[in-house]
Amino acid sequence: MTTSTVDTPEDFEFNDAFRLSLEEVEQGRRIRACLQCAACSGICPFGFLMDFPPHKMISAMRAGMFERVMGMDSLWLCVSCYACAQVCPAQIPLTEGLMTRAKEEMVLAGNIPVELQDALENSQRYGNALGEPPRRRADWAAGLEPAVPILGKIKRSVDVLWFVGDYASFHPRGRQASQALATVLNRLGVDYGILGPEENSDGDSQRLAGERGLFEMLAEKNGRVFEKYEFQEILTTDPHAFNALKNEYPALGISYPVRHYSQFLATHLEQLQTMLGGAISARVAFHDPCYLGRANGIYDEPRQLLAAVPGLELVEMLHTRETSICCGGGGGGMWLDGFRWEKARFRLSEVRVQEALAVGADILAVTCPYEMPRFEDAAKTVEGAEHLVVKDIAELLADALVEAEVSS
Amino acid sequence: MNIVVPVKLVPDLVEDLEIDESGITLDTSWLRLILNEVDEHALEQALLLKEAHGGTASVISLDGEGVDDVLFSSAAKGVDHLIKLTGLEFGDDLNNHAVARLYGAIVERLEPELVLIGVQAHNDLDGSLGPLLAEYVGMPYVGYVSGITVTDGKCRVLKEYPGGLIAEMDVVLPAVLGVQAAEAPPRYVAISRIRQAMKTVSLDEQAAADPDSGGGPTIDSMFKPETGERATMIAGDEEEVAAKIVDLLGELGKV
Ligand code: SF4
Ligand code: SF4
Repeated sequence: MTTSTVDTPEDFEFNDAFRLSLEEVEQGRRIRACLQCAACSGICPFGFLMDFPPHKMISAMRAGMFERVMGMDSLWLCVSCYACAQVCPAQIPLTEGLMTRAKEEMVLAGNIPVELQDALENSQRYGNALGEPPRRRADWAAGLEPAVPILGKIKRSVDVLWFVGDYASFHPRGRQASQALATVLNRLGVDYGILGPEENSDGDSQRLAGERGLFEMLAEKNGRVFEKYEFQEILTTDPHAFNALKNEYPALGISYPVRHYSQFLATHLEQLQTMLGGAISARVAFHDPCYLGRANGIYDEPRQLLAAVPGLELVEMLHTRETSICCGGGGGGMWLDGFRWEKARFRLSEVRVQEALAVGADILAVTCPYEMPRFEDAAKTVEGAEHLVVKDIAELLADALVEAEVSS
Repeated sequence: MNIVVPVKLVPDLVEDLEIDESGITLDTSWLRLILNEVDEHALEQALLLKEAHGGTASVISLDGEGVDDVLFSSAAKGVDHLIKLTGLEFGDDLNNHAVARLYGAIVERLEPELVLIGVQAHNDLDGSLGPLLAEYVGMPYVGYVSGITVTDGKCRVLKEYPGGLIAEMDVVLPAVLGVQAAEAPPRYVAISRIRQAMKTVSLDEQAAADPDSGGGPTIDSMFKPETGERATMIAGDEEEVAAKIVDLLGELGKV
């Protein structure tokens, strides 16, 4: 082994600037209290593959050698899942602070995997990470009866602005779930409207992938559109959008009451229960999405909705609620599948599908549009998972509503 | 080493293209322009050479929707001089002959050692820009270049031929090179850096001369591709389409 190399003064300058920037994050000063217990790195789903898992990043920074962390690309394995922050005994904001700030430095240095670059460039140019034509953002709603109101067209105020989001607007499975949610909202008589082509990506995953400037640009665009219309609150399909609108947009002066659709529907539970006639006789496991669960503490509402479906038996997987495992799509993971496969040769979504099988689930219920394609793909590769059906909670509710219509 | 990168913005194919009522050009009302994909490679190659050998990199563009964004992001990546030709715009029915003459006048004034340009664009109806430009400024041209080494003022390039053949050739400078691929993927530049460039870098706006389209073809009509007589279009949802393909392959004796 060689003894320590002498760092250049620039290294120390960067190291110190980085360290100070972490203290600007809320509760960021707690990083001084790190006891190097390594619980963060132990719980991290990719910690064992990282050259510098969280606790080692901190020790490198304390030694004035953070430059070395920047020289490794394993930071891109981080899926911003909050598992490390959740277990840290010193309550250090690891996901928001350390991991995100480090990714920001990587992005500023232009040091990012090409797949991620494409998604960021698409977000910048088309307002969605998928690179779909923005004019087609409301195409998922075409032909639905009653028509999904688009605020720019109906020219009146609504109670609820439904922020649909990228994947729920453009991904084929997301679109089906959006149609289901529209059915549920219609049956409940909710007065809602969507932004259609005027909506831009919420930007939260881009932010957590280190592109703060892009996040701000997208947020400002959405903020300007929100200002054009009158509504009481925002409803989101996507937990990432919910997280952004609730926790990040206010600092940019964009502040509205916001709820995830599972919270919103849970407040209509009594009304829903009278309408859910059709039985779905299946064992259903619910996957807690990181940005509803650990990031925002919402665990009960999705389960209340599922429990309301007649015949449905809710089962819990090994990792559930606070200990849920990320689907692999967070923090830019949605756009790093190739990179991650090269590094890890396994998919977090497969781990989750195996857990669903282990508890005998017929259906894996989700409530984040990233998850449907991820789990459906995993079900194709995990042995014995051929029968596992992946459904959004909105789809299960809509199915039970349709059933009720038929039987009444 | 002073390098000039003349760029072209082309219709973005992510958006649907419509033909104008005149029937000879695209409807520009919905058109969005995007930097020609291989121009990004020309730009990246210029930055790589500048980083290796010093000197300056300049970008020239005609005006048009989105041009400022392209120019400022080039600045954020390391381009020194941003030249925007005003008074004419992409989409103004300028053919490549006209654009090459406009760019040629600027190139002659800048006297660069190297002009790097994307080897082609999807809307090149009258030949690609590079050779036309080289002709007007009296420089040699090599196209389909995917590697450039400069030593002692001499330039050695890798030129790609169909069938995977690669030629190595020496080029006398100054020259125009049509870049097929840069030696590294075009770099990403953070939005915050682009925003900073917008505040600190200024555009060198120059009035474009009168355009001269002479030498180009005249377009009689423009139309969407027609289905060939021997092609069978299969309609239906995924299951139906898959079943029909299986039937067809069976009929053809392929399975
Ligand atoms: S869990 Fe917290 S205290 Fe323990 S090593 Fe990680 S950051 Fe430090
Ligand atoms: S946020 Fe998740 S993936 Fe990222 S370091 Fe923490 S535990 Fe690991």
